[in-house]
Amino acid sequence: MKNEMTLAFDSISQNEGFARVAVAAFVTQLNPTLEEVADIKTAVSEAVTNAIIHGYPDGVHTIILRAVLRDRTVELWISDEGVGMEDVKKAMEPLYTSRPELERSGMGFMFMEAFMDLVQVESAPGIGTTVYMKKTIGEVKQGG
Amino acid sequence: MRLLERRGERLIVHLPVELDHHCTEELRREIDRILEKEPVSELEFDFSGTIFMDSAGVGMILGRYKIMRALDGRMLVSHMGAQIRRIMTLSGIQNHIPLEKEEAL
Ligand SMILES: Nc1ncnc2c1ncn2[C@@H]1O[C@H](COP(=O)(O)OP(=O)(O)OP(=O)(O)O)[C@@H](O)[C@H]1O
Ligand SMILES: [Mg+2]
Repeated sequence: MKNEMTLAFDSISQNEGFARVAVAAFVTQLNPTLEEVADIKTAVSEAVTNAIIHGYPDGVHTIILRAVLRDRTVELWISDEGVGMEDVKKAMEPLYTSRPELERSGMGFMFMEAFMDLVQVESAPGIGTTVYMKKTIGEVKQGG
Repeated sequence: MRLLERRGERLIVHLPVELDHHCTEELRREIDRILEKEPVSELEFDFSGTIFMDSAGVGMILGRYKIMRALDGRMLVSHMGAQIRRIMTLSGIQNHIPLEKEEAL
């Protein structure tokens, strides 16, 4: 089975909840557990919030969220055409934040990586950022 | 329900259903306004109505913890559900903040 959707929405904080709910509703087709839904919602929330706060610090622009379901796998792309990042590796380090004055804790990427099977970030200064995330539903957890 | 409740020197924050960046901005302002002008020695975050929290919630709680520490006060959290607990554990908040056990009501 393959199913795909794309949303384009304004970079305003009201849409953080909208993006979470939309993706959660879309993935119900894969019969995820409540915990898997919570994982995906958290990861979506982090990536969308980052696009709003960091990608588009000034003004309202468009965020694109694309989701593809293939068999038991969810793939997500969250893109902005905002300021982008000089050093993605550094940005993804746990507790790194460029905005401590906004009480950011630098845990967004940490949560995305904890809750999804794979997180990849493509970014260039002045061009924008795409966060790609993947998770297989119904995976038997390894170890503990 | 009113989000903020005063019981003596305790300020109880009844957190919203979803604690994300969208709602933390205003909540933080409201809490800080009270902490600035009224005597509060205990700050409780009540999660009983909350089903979702992300890093924005963690940042808001850590920020208030720093304020309470500066005020020589203490902080408690109560009624955390499964998703909230996992976020709290992953964030390592417990290592920074001696979170009090659930309050017996
Ligand atoms: N879409 C984006 N555009 C530009 N920079 C970004 C984007 N997403 C993340 N960043 C950069 O990566 C850093 C780390 O992001 P992360 O989500 O881990 O932490 P944070 O957003 O700073 O804090 P928190 O998520 O805990 O509130 C950010 O501080 C920012 O500098
Ligand atoms: Mg973030």
